[in-house]
Amino acid sequence: MTTRTLLKSATALAGLVLPLAAFGPALAQDQTNLRMTIWSANEAHLAMLNEIADGFAAQNPGVTVTFDSLPFDSYTTTLTTQIAGGNAPDLAWILETTAADFVNSGALAPLTEAFSATEGYELEDVTEQATALWRADGELYAYPFSTSPFAIFVNNDLVSEAGAQTPAELIEAGEWTWDNAIDIAATVADSGANGLIVRDFNYQIWQNLASIWRGWGADPWSADGATCTFADAEMVDAMSFIHSAIFETGAIPGPGENVDFFTGDAAMTITQISRASLLPTGDDAFEWDLVPLPSGPAGEYSVIGQAGIGAFGMGNNVDLAVEFLAYLSNPENSAKLAQYFPPARQSLLNTDTLGATNPLLTPEQLETVVINGITNGVVLPGHAGFAELQQVVRAELDALWQADADVQAVLASVCNRITPML
Amino acid sequence: MTVAAPPSTRKARKRPFWTMERRDSLAGYLFIAPQMIGITIFVLIPLALVFWYSLHEWNVLAQTFRFQGLANYQTLLSDPGLPQVLGATTIFSIGLVIFNMSLALLLAVLLDQKLKGITLYRTLFFSPVVVSLVAWTIVWGFLLQNNGGINALLASVGIEGPNWLRHPTTAMISVIVVQVFKNVGLNMVLFLAALQGVPRELYEAARVDGTPAFRQFTRITLPMISPTVLLTSIITIVGSLQVFAQIAVLTQGGPGMSTTVLVYYLYQQAFQFHKFGYGATLSIVLFLIVAILTFVQWQMRRKLVFYED
Repeated sequence: MTTRTLLKSATALAGLVLPLAAFGPALAQDQTNLRMTIWSANEAHLAMLNEIADGFAAQNPGVTVTFDSLPFDSYTTTLTTQIAGGNAPDLAWILETTAADFVNSGALAPLTEAFSATEGYELEDVTEQATALWRADGELYAYPFSTSPFAIFVNNDLVSEAGAQTPAELIEAGEWTWDNAIDIAATVADSGANGLIVRDFNYQIWQNLASIWRGWGADPWSADGATCTFADAEMVDAMSFIHSAIFETGAIPGPGENVDFFTGDAAMTITQISRASLLPTGDDAFEWDLVPLPSGPAGEYSVIGQAGIGAFGMGNNVDLAVEFLAYLSNPENSAKLAQYFPPARQSLLNTDTLGATNPLLTPEQLETVVINGITNGVVLPGHAGFAELQQVVRAELDALWQADADVQAVLASVCNRITPML
Repeated sequence: MTVAAPPSTRKARKRPFWTMERRDSLAGYLFIAPQMIGITIFVLIPLALVFWYSLHEWNVLAQTFRFQGLANYQTLLSDPGLPQVLGATTIFSIGLVIFNMSLALLLAVLLDQKLKGITLYRTLFFSPVVVSLVAWTIVWGFLLQNNGGINALLASVGIEGPNWLRHPTTAMISVIVVQVFKNVGLNMVLFLAALQGVPRELYEAARVDGTPAFRQFTRITLPMISPTVLLTSIITIVGSLQVFAQIAVLTQGGPGMSTTVLVYYLYQQAFQFHKFGYGATLSIVLFLIVAILTFVQWQMRRKLVFYED
């Protein structure tokens, strides 16, 4: 090939490619796609979200919204990897445990002004308590779309067969305490089934034990996050209670045991109400109940898990993403979201609204578990740099999950290890 | 010796650009281009970038990327978790290499027989190699649970099995065994091929001399297959330092930090704790360890490998 032919070919190729390269983005500019990462792949959730997105697209021609379902187990890792790779989504669901990292990082766009300026938004209807975790210096950085209380599902069939009183009977008698609850679990465990399962704890996700230790008024660290309180008397008492339930009475299945409440193998499980959808039907169905967490030595309490939605401040469509978030969380769409995710809006916190969308639960259950839980609940523990704290505490607590563990010594070593990190 | 230039016209003096030599070179470069482009994009550039990242504090969420010189390397020296991690990595690698190579050699010797259906056995032992690693590990995870299949089997013969993945020692043993059973077939096939390449007459001569079987193995078989032993040992050691999925699925580095090996630790630092700069520093450490071990093994070949004499 001579140099001349080569030059000719190159010119011809450039003539073909360059107009296309210029025209391509022009075509693309007419369409804007917002991408939101979520950890649910549930078809009903996606159908509802897509319906809301269609409504937004109808108001904003040329805009589409896609929902990117990531696996829950590696959700935050995948999300941060996408951000590191320069492929951040426009919006994302955020877990309560990593709220502090996201809110304080400056990665999220501020929302207060945009929400207040949206007609009919009624920002004051969103409870102050529910948004506490998602604010920094008074500014709102994410909308808490799901505020889900922890409660106890009970398999009344197993409890009755074992000859124990049901939680409902104990509540009726005003004796629904942790001592009595763990007795029921131990009795059922003695009968050959399993007692109480703290769902998703699995001797790894220790923060879920907050659903028990809050009954003792225990916390992993002080409210300002600066002081470790793992070794305080309340936590030592609560953890001793849990340790004894695992290794002495067998009320809680031990480490390395794979037991599921929803297959009918255990008396009780602590989990969030959204898990009601896992209750078996047909031949596998059992008589179940949903009751609030028992009272502990520190009295009555409730614990909630939260999830927020934030809009990333580094993309090209920040304003549009914030606008979509305002649309997604307006009163009308919040009511739709409330079908699956307990709402943070005061106006939706009533048995009528919740009952219409949670047919499995009775008005009493909604009142005592959901509404009381959301109104009075303390959110699961979180902290800046939580992922690392979680792993370090998990590694230290492994020593606690042995029959001969010295609870006080292990908890003291947890504090020794994490104090420099707080 | 000088040769006078032949008298020539201007046109004749100008050599064509595409001489035979240049054409040959171009063809050669084009042949290696796909490989070189791949290595450059996927190995050399990332390697340089990892070193560059290790000199920075990179917070993904806050979108900060700040040069801080050797600060990450200083952190490395004062990291309270690192000694445990290096200890776990060493135990894992030594355990894995010894168990994997001895089992592979034993299986190869046993399967190097002319028996009916021997191919079936060879296929059977090799089959885990082609099974998906994560699927393999998840199934083992179920078997190793306290109320899992292995303890049920032990209980049926009256033995109370340990809680395999919840005690530091048994967790490490479990992870090693699961990894060895997965990959032993590969080394076994390599050993088998090497064994079949050993000339039979050497054994005949040894038998005539009355050499016992074990002595035949140590004096004939091992020296003759020593190049394969070197190759498999390098592959196995390098592979053992890169173990990740088994740890992530079976133990997540626990109990405590007893099975947190270097690759898992750097994954945690970079992808879970968002410390990409420090994660990059740890991967430089891993790179150096692998490079040094491979170099040392390669240097030892003259001593250990029969054919290198």
